[in-house]
Amino acid sequence: MEKATLLEWYRQMVLIRRFEQRCSDLYSLGKIGGFLHLYIGQEAVAVGTIAARQPGDHVITAYRDHAHALAVGSETGPVLAELLGKATGVSKGKGGSMHLADVNRQYWGGYAVVGGHVPLATGLALAEQYKGTDNAVLCYFGDGSTNIGYFHESLNLAGVWDLPVVFVAENNQYGMGTAVERASAVTRMVDKAPAYGMEGKQVDGMDVMAVYEATSAALQAIRDGKGPQFLEMLTYRFEGHSMGDPLRYRTKDEVEKWREDDPIGILERYLLKENIADREELENLDKGVEQELVDAVQFAEESPFPAYEELFTNIYVED
Amino acid sequence: MAFITMRQAISDALREEMKRDDTVFIMGEEVGVWGGTYAVTRGFYDEFGPRRVKDTPISEMVIGGAATGAAMNGLRPVAEFMTINFAFLALDAMVNHAAKVHYMFGGQMKAPVVFRAPGGGGRQLGATHSHTPDVIFAHFPGLKVVSPSTPYDAKGLLKAAIRSDDPVLFIEHATLYQLRGEVPEGDYVVPMGVSDVKREGTDVTLVGYAQGLQVALEAAEKLAREGVSAEVVDLRSLRPLDMGPVVKSFKKTFKAVIVEEGYRSYGIGAEVAARLQEEAFDYLDAPIKRVAQFEVPLPYSRDLEQAALINVDRVIAAVKEIL
Repeated sequence: MEKATLLEWYRQMVLIRRFEQRCSDLYSLGKIGGFLHLYIGQEAVAVGTIAARQPGDHVITAYRDHAHALAVGSETGPVLAELLGKATGVSKGKGGSMHLADVNRQYWGGYAVVGGHVPLATGLALAEQYKGTDNAVLCYFGDGSTNIGYFHESLNLAGVWDLPVVFVAENNQYGMGTAVERASAVTRMVDKAPAYGMEGKQVDGMDVMAVYEATSAALQAIRDGKGPQFLEMLTYRFEGHSMGDPLRYRTKDEVEKWREDDPIGILERYLLKENIADREELENLDKGVEQELVDAVQFAEESPFPAYEELFTNIYVED
Repeated sequence: MAFITMRQAISDALREEMKRDDTVFIMGEEVGVWGGTYAVTRGFYDEFGPRRVKDTPISEMVIGGAATGAAMNGLRPVAEFMTINFAFLALDAMVNHAAKVHYMFGGQMKAPVVFRAPGGGGRQLGATHSHTPDVIFAHFPGLKVVSPSTPYDAKGLLKAAIRSDDPVLFIEHATLYQLRGEVPEGDYVVPMGVSDVKREGTDVTLVGYAQGLQVALEAAEKLAREGVSAEVVDLRSLRPLDMGPVVKSFKKTFKAVIVEEGYRSYGIGAEVAARLQEEAFDYLDAPIKRVAQFEVPLPYSRDLEQAALINVDRVIAAVKEIL
């Protein structure tokens, strides 16, 4: 892997981590409303998968969606402005944390009904197949989504119609506070794939390089005509499900154990150990991220709230 | 001018739109090889092939969601629910996604999908297969809901729905498939959100749509023989709802009876009556009457089912109460 690529992944993961920490602060200050789901701990999944996509490939995910926006290259300012409900937000302040999208970057958004976007992903892929392109769809969902009907109907349809979708299960071990084994009859998400004609592969979701390799292979398999693919990313969210999570359902020891596998730490240690980068280079990247976030916060804070008239726009395309 | 069934009119609209625009395609249960459960797409599979006429598994959630996703990504899907009763399974995809993405993402995307669904009671299919739940779908801003009463409107409205950049639920009352009417040769569109006076009159305004409209027309015909002149207004679209012709008619007749096949509570009649008192309070000469389905699950046994549904006699009785 080229040095520049690895450093860019490092930078993106740090950006996501610190973006989420800023969001947590702004939420505590009451500047972000509604629900807020942080991606801290899972950074390698969004960064490694999206790094593997080719121009033309689509991204769609659930409500833990800030990271995917940043990884596709959405500007930090408008993403943060959306969370603050500002007119300059990516969704003009109408979507909020759970409904970020950046269609110009083929990012179709975050969706807040668990599993509801999985058929949408299937439809995005259907359109690509219909148009005869080589493009594929990266569809992300949590372990909790694999128990809803949408998931099963979508994987089945993708299998029957050979649709170009990589189904990316982000298994962070809990659907809200319910552990996988308390909600799913099979605890390995990949074991659900064969029922729909997919082999499925488990991946260390804390290792951005492994995530990248697996996603690249899956996308290639689709372009080689092997049909939809299924990846299970084993990962963990270091913070709660959303803000105000009492965290009664897991032990501190468990969290600490997973924190040893911090995806940023893993990459950082690799870069230093292999002498790919020195500490100063990484610190410079950290500083760049800090400045980007200072600018983003300023942009978001200074942006206006949507005008009253905006309430009535975009209900229909044709009014 | 051809004299064709509503089934044929709908079929013609689909075929003509598919020929006109390659992004239009059909997906649903038994729409292809079988030819459509109600034979609306008979012959389409042979004519257009499996790329454009897609048989789906029995999976309403993904039919609703995948059609929406395909629409977001540049196609114009016409997704058929075998009956509207099964569309309940897709309600989330329709109201949380198809109807929301344009607004919720600040106008970045649109979902020009058409959901077609036969509905209505009166065919001895029992409680789960006989719903007229149109008003449920019409409740949500973002989705358009239309339901024609004549072959002419069916063809023109379906074309408008397919060409629209907004998501549309197109409800076909199954008992109207055999109804014949005049349909012109060639291309035409009936705009959505425009009500239509189907019969002029002076004594009372009957408001309806779909099968209810046909019941109202038959009642008007019988009333005419008794010297009562009823004006009949066809809503055609439930959302957007065009009250213009209804209010105009009411200001002439001062009396209204709303005919709908769905339940009375929270129904179309409730909405229309509320708007009439808001927009024409000074013209109210009598209570606004509603003729609707009795509030029971529809039973199987023929006479029992018919007793629960709207009919011409009930409309006439309602008119006579306020004349």
